[in-house]
Amino acid sequence: MTTPRDDSPPPLRSSAEQSRGGPGPVANRAASHVEYVLGLGDDALISAQRMGWWISRAPQLEEDLALANIGLDQLGQARSLLAHAGELEGAGRGEDDLAYLRDERDFRNVWLVERSQTDFGVAMARLLIFATWQSELYAALRDSADSTLAAVAGKAVKEVAYHLDHAAHWVVRLGDGTEESHQRMQQGLEAEWPYLDELFEPVDEGLVGSGVAADPTALRDSVVLGIEDVLAEATLTVPQVRPAVGGGRRGLHTEEMGYLLAEMQHLTRSHPGATW
Amino acid sequence: MSDTVSDTVRDAVNDPGTLSAWAIAAEVPDPELPVVTIADLGILRDVTEDDQGRVHVQITPTYSGCPAMETIRTDLVDTLTAAGYQHVAVEFVLAPAWTTDWMTEEARGKLASYGIAPPGRTSDGPVPLTLAVRCPQCGSTDTRESSRFGSTACKSLWVCRSCREPFDHFKRL
Repeated sequence: MTTPRDDSPPPLRSSAEQSRGGPGPVANRAASHVEYVLGLGDDALISAQRMGWWISRAPQLEEDLALANIGLDQLGQARSLLAHAGELEGAGRGEDDLAYLRDERDFRNVWLVERSQTDFGVAMARLLIFATWQSELYAALRDSADSTLAAVAGKAVKEVAYHLDHAAHWVVRLGDGTEESHQRMQQGLEAEWPYLDELFEPVDEGLVGSGVAADPTALRDSVVLGIEDVLAEATLTVPQVRPAVGGGRRGLHTEEMGYLLAEMQHLTRSHPGATW
Repeated sequence: MSDTVSDTVRDAVNDPGTLSAWAIAAEVPDPELPVVTIADLGILRDVTEDDQGRVHVQITPTYSGCPAMETIRTDLVDTLTAAGYQHVAVEFVLAPAWTTDWMTEEARGKLASYGIAPPGRTSDGPVPLTLAVRCPQCGSTDTRESSRFGSTACKSLWVCRSCREPFDHFKRL
């Protein structure tokens, strides 16, 4: 990546250059706007990729269809968000460039979505957390000052209602099921709970002040209450675990992220320009 | 496309200028539910034609990840081009968000006769309290949902307790 000229919009990887005192506050606001939209797009994209793993592996055919469709909704949201991030960035990168041609340190998704989820209890605990958060987030973003973000959110919030409903049904069925299913659902919850806090990491105050972003910290109470309502019905216990370190919004990821990207990006990188 | 072209489009091809671009675009069937058109479903939002005959079409996806959008774009360009329009631009719009409430009564009837139970109204929010869904095969309301997600994002799977047949239900959104 070349060093940006002063009159060009700052590319995403320019944060290091910026901290050395380049562009002023307006350019920084623009850069944080890009990062914000990119983060939400990456959350949806990486979650969709993990959801795709379940196709042909779910406990029943109907669940294959359900998880594939949930992943497809997330992928659709990711496409709109990444395309928008690319437009905001103004460096000519489209949704495919952002999805397939960025390296790990340039991804801005939270840790919740990137780790492998090969246990159904883990997958449902994660979907419950993620969909509850997305539901509150997108509801708030319907009023975003960024009209494209508001349009994506207005559409996505209706889809996520179905995802949340699906996860909640499973969590209740397994939690309030047999001794074995209860235990494994509780284990799934314990595995995912440390990654809850990262969803509420503060974002650029100016972005919240200007009405573009939803204040992540303000979403916390309603998200946690929503999840706890489901857990109570499922006879599950709210885990008492320490939060994970996190850092996805700054490009720091877990070991599993590299493997995910290798699989997701392999075809595009091995066969540039491939179409079907 | 010759085997799917409708009388409406054929008339337009034979006598260009007789039909509005909207009427022609409105004839394009949904690729996944060919029994209904994109106008029936409310996917077709706007069609404008400038004084040089350039057509601008706006369509909106049912779901964010709807894989049929590219096919619909191609079908629109092909159909309008066949009808004599040389410059056709198709734009995807997201707002206002598509809702099953935009589906015409005619479309609901066509879906039912095709074997898909049409959606109810969304007044109670997107995820329905399970109201009775009528079996499109036998008309019974003694039905149950077997899966909230069906063969496409917009449908759920149901089973009729009366005739024992499984069927698709177009979910309200």
